[in-house]
Amino acid sequence: MPSLDLFLQPEIFLVWTAALKTLVILGVVLTMVAYSVWAERKVSAFIQDRIGPNRVGWAGLIQPVADGVKLLLKENFVPGGVNKFFFSIAPSLAMIPAILVLAVLPFGSSLFGVPMVIANLDIGVLWVFAVSSLGVYGIVLAGWASNSKYPFLGGIRSSSQMISYELSLGLSVVPVFMITGTLNLGEIVQYQVDNGWMVFPAWFRSGGGLLEFTTDNGSMFGLDLGQTLLWIPMMVSFVIFMIAMFAETNRVPFDLPEAEQELVGGYHTEYSSMRFALFFLGEYAAMIAGAGVIVTLFLGGWSMPFVPDGSQGWFWGLVNIGTFFAKVAAIIFFFLWVRWTLPRFRFDQLMKLGWYVFFEVALVNIFLTAGILAYLQS
Amino acid sequence: MATIVQRPKLSLLERSYFPAILGGLWITIKHFFKMLFGQTKVTMQYPEQKWDSAMPEWYRGAPTLVKDEHDRERCVACQLCEFICPPRAITIKPGELPGDNRWSKVEKYPEKFDIDMIRCIYCGLCEEVCPEQAIFLRKDYSITGLTRAEMVHDKEKLYELGGVMHGLVHKWNEKK
Repeated sequence: MPSLDLFLQPEIFLVWTAALKTLVILGVVLTMVAYSVWAERKVSAFIQDRIGPNRVGWAGLIQPVADGVKLLLKENFVPGGVNKFFFSIAPSLAMIPAILVLAVLPFGSSLFGVPMVIANLDIGVLWVFAVSSLGVYGIVLAGWASNSKYPFLGGIRSSSQMISYELSLGLSVVPVFMITGTLNLGEIVQYQVDNGWMVFPAWFRSGGGLLEFTTDNGSMFGLDLGQTLLWIPMMVSFVIFMIAMFAETNRVPFDLPEAEQELVGGYHTEYSSMRFALFFLGEYAAMIAGAGVIVTLFLGGWSMPFVPDGSQGWFWGLVNIGTFFAKVAAIIFFFLWVRWTLPRFRFDQLMKLGWYVFFEVALVNIFLTAGILAYLQS
Repeated sequence: MATIVQRPKLSLLERSYFPAILGGLWITIKHFFKMLFGQTKVTMQYPEQKWDSAMPEWYRGAPTLVKDEHDRERCVACQLCEFICPPRAITIKPGELPGDNRWSKVEKYPEKFDIDMIRCIYCGLCEEVCPEQAIFLRKDYSITGLTRAEMVHDKEKLYELGGVMHGLVHKWNEKK
């Protein structure tokens, strides 16, 4: 019978807390995936003056369960002439990278002294980019292994699109690292706790501000010169990163790989049952992971003005976790909102936008940030 | 002659897409919140709410057979509807009334009268062609069934749907 002390030994403590965090986050995110499908249907319905799912449970809240059961019970059909091995592993390859990204996202400050991040890597952002670009393999393999022209076109479109936008995605966040001086996502969030969010750099601290306001409890709320100047490149970064993230996750207006009006269903045309569901869920999981990265890099992660972190008690730790997921939900709502507003780009427009506009703007933005930082240090 | 359409000159701001995108987002979010707060009411919850009361008199629903005010069937099995029916949905088996029958001057009556509702296209030609005003398209539109056999309306079902109709034709009356 192992005693409680065994569980509190540093190595073993690390192992079981990490396992627990992994399970909880996986559960939370998969639930969010299911409910973002519900939200997609509801938001699209409301925007189009319809009602949306409202029969299964109150306001259709049990609809994801019904959908899941339906997809599980359907025939898992494998068409003749496909490459069976790649056809079978492609759906998992689309789903897994999206979930792996979650490993490095700090989804909260700390709870009972345990940092609320599964893997506190010093190369956090590199991990995010490295893993999330693997998502393209699932789509390309699905398109190729299906041995059918529409999936093939979808796969080709996806690979060229993702490679083009990967570049502006990576370049647009370089200014963030130049300012924070770290690749560790936890430290980037901590920087934003101290100095204000990247897209809204006003924070409470005293002295040296251009504008200053004193709140009731005596803390200062203000903007200093450096923050104001850096606000400009940060907004540019944020807009480019956001748009590139739309392209990375194959969302409208960049959903050319699955363009149902032109390509039937794109890369998942030949799929059915749970394999199709994996593509579908993988897309939403990628969206949630992408929203998590946006929140962490630009929107201050789990932080909220005037809310203390988890070192002040477990209640605030939970509040921080709630804040993170609320921000993620807000970004997801924005994704859905854009999807039901904008039409799809033509492929040449998409390539032009990626290579002629975003790539250059992101590059110039790096030099602009460098100039501002050099000016501030002198 | 080729017509040259002048492309509109767009300003730099317009070419950046941003005004159009923001305008679009504003329109959709307005619709979203109007729907969320229940200001938009366009959807009818079908099985619970129905349009039936607003249905016009001339609505062409399921074809039915009607009886007259003395509970006698009007159909004389002339088979005109059977012949005119474009999808051939109607099948009639005429039967002869025996000579000692009080109404033998009517000669025929439908022994079997089936309308296959899978075939029916609700065109109303049967109603138009009927010389006895015996077949009418009533307001039933929700004709469902679990089997093909269930979708074939027999005489009994047709009279049940049709009910009684007052009309001009009084073929059963002695003095005519």
